[in-house]
Amino acid sequence: MSLLKYESQQREPLVDGDKNYHQITEDIIGPIEAKPTRLWYIGFWISVALLLFGVYSVYREVVYGVGQWNLNKTIGWGWDITNFVWWVGIGHAGTLISAILLLFRQGWRTGVNRAAEAMTIFAVMCAGQFPIWHMGRVWMAFFVLPYPNTRGPLWVNFNSPLLWDVFAISTYFTVSLLFWYSGLLPDFATVRDRAKTKFRKMMYGVAAFGWTGSTKHWQRHESLSLVLAGLSTPLVLSVHTIVSFDFATSVIPGWHTTIFPPYFVAGAIFSGFAMVQTLLIVVRKVMNLQDYITMGHIEAMNKVIVLTGSIVGCAYLTELFIGAYYSQNIYEMYVFQENRANPFTPYGWSYWLMMFCNVVSPQLFWSRKLRRNIWVTFFMSIIVNIGMWYERFVIIVTSVYRDFLPSSWSTYYSPSIWEIGFYLGTFGLFFTCFFLFAKYFPVIAVAEIKSILKTSGENYKAKMTDIEKKDADRFYQEDVAHAH
Amino acid sequence: MAGGVKKFVVGSFDDEAVLFPAVKNVRKQGYKIHDVYTPFPVHGLDHAMGLRETSLHTAGFIYAITGTCTALGFITWIFTKDWPLNIGGKPYFALPAWIPITFELTVLFSAVGMVLTFCYLCNLAPFVKKHHFHPRATDDLFVMAIECTDKTDDSAVQNFLQNAGAKEVNVQIAETGWWIGRYDKEQKLYKDEQGY
Repeated sequence: MSLLKYESQQREPLVDGDKNYHQITEDIIGPIEAKPTRLWYIGFWISVALLLFGVYSVYREVVYGVGQWNLNKTIGWGWDITNFVWWVGIGHAGTLISAILLLFRQGWRTGVNRAAEAMTIFAVMCAGQFPIWHMGRVWMAFFVLPYPNTRGPLWVNFNSPLLWDVFAISTYFTVSLLFWYSGLLPDFATVRDRAKTKFRKMMYGVAAFGWTGSTKHWQRHESLSLVLAGLSTPLVLSVHTIVSFDFATSVIPGWHTTIFPPYFVAGAIFSGFAMVQTLLIVVRKVMNLQDYITMGHIEAMNKVIVLTGSIVGCAYLTELFIGAYYSQNIYEMYVFQENRANPFTPYGWSYWLMMFCNVVSPQLFWSRKLRRNIWVTFFMSIIVNIGMWYERFVIIVTSVYRDFLPSSWSTYYSPSIWEIGFYLGTFGLFFTCFFLFAKYFPVIAVAEIKSILKTSGENYKAKMTDIEKKDADRFYQEDVAHAH
Repeated sequence: MAGGVKKFVVGSFDDEAVLFPAVKNVRKQGYKIHDVYTPFPVHGLDHAMGLRETSLHTAGFIYAITGTCTALGFITWIFTKDWPLNIGGKPYFALPAWIPITFELTVLFSAVGMVLTFCYLCNLAPFVKKHHFHPRATDDLFVMAIECTDKTDDSAVQNFLQNAGAKEVNVQIAETGWWIGRYDKEQKLYKDEQGY
């Protein structure tokens, strides 16, 4: 068995500063044990207020019906489904970081995976709200589940993409939650074992499930993480593929296209990474974790943003080429040439806003200087999130606001205050959860950071100069093939 | 369940590079390592201790196959026998349309089954309590517990561990299994152990 102790100095350290194992515990668990700051309280209560406004907006929708929203004859899916797709997409970055980057053995994932997975879970929780409340008679929501009933039994339609969505989203949520929590067990045990107050000992004692750190348990834990990563990788690709099927399998011009699955998945990862940047840039500053979420981490994520942003751009242009010209289908061509690309039609502006935010602006990140600039990154992450919201809006609204019957063309759809309130409410839910997470959970995977410290920690890397001077044979004998 | 009370010599190391040769020497001497507790997964330690590979992934595969069969069997029964739906005259057995749900259930069964199996094998659950040989085993120490039999001379083992590079060595009488309990309550049996 080899124990690789050496990592090239060309690679940036993943943990800055003079750290040892105990210092890592102090840095990451410390904020949990301290009293929340004033800033935390302000942020938390603003989130709760937003959440309550959302609850009231949903209450109105349940009592008075979907008529509380400005949906109309042709636009049956407006803000509601736009927000659903947007939130599901946000979630994808967390799984990409925790699963796909684990399979690719990317060391930098250790600094950001915990927070990104939390973001995934909260984002999927928010996403789930939209189709559920969109049903109108929400008390019948359980009809989407295939259970023996007195109506026949009449089953759900397993051939329908909307039902695939039910399975995809609920599986995605469950698997993400299990993956996240199994990773949290050892870190909860760390909090438990250093807890000073009785209450904390009890709570984290329950949360840690009696984790001891036994070698056999770690061996199983590693195996579990690897297989869950292997399962989550196709899962995350399948989830947004299935979401795109909601559109692609219909025969609406603008939706009926086979390019959607890869295009949606790339877009999802793109928007998800933007949200991770927004959150982590704030978290690392407020919780003083710059040594663990370094400029190197931020740069790595910006590279993913420019890659996925360019894939999305490529997809937009392909779609435009096919839809507006190559299909030679007059309905398809009308959607692209008039409803979307023509800036003088009612929603033309949203198409060009989307193009600017998602295709043009991420190209800034080809510059290393801008990739490593905190303010540019933060600003860009917001721009990308706005752009990706407009992508879904463009797909949904511009495809349906002018249907096959011109007499029913609606001139303009703008959301009602309760539609907006519902969206704001999900922001409230998301940030309420995230604030609680940041206060009571280890926001960085403590055990995983410890496992990369001796190869990727700044102070350890500094000692590798001597190793680099050795000739290859001695290097292999002493530092790579460590025979135990 | 409680596994019985046994006597252990416990050595705590602060560097995994010292731990590895120590594990090797302890085994060479013929002492029985009860377990080594580490704050993070130390790669290769399981092999050094002579533990066999885990079969958890095999269990995961079996759960996955169960999920696939459940989904395919259930949908096939519903759409061909129980309530066939005529959708534009298309075949009742519409396999391509069932792939998404079959895939999702495969993943779901496998993930849920594996996590439950993992918790079962490692005795992990809320309100489960176990004996911890050192509270810093989840922080920065690598804690080796050597099981003593009637014939073991524990002072010899203690000396041996000290020479192997252990920073702290002590003898503990401990419960080996798990029981239902809370971590804010004192461990009644082992009040005198060090580090608590």
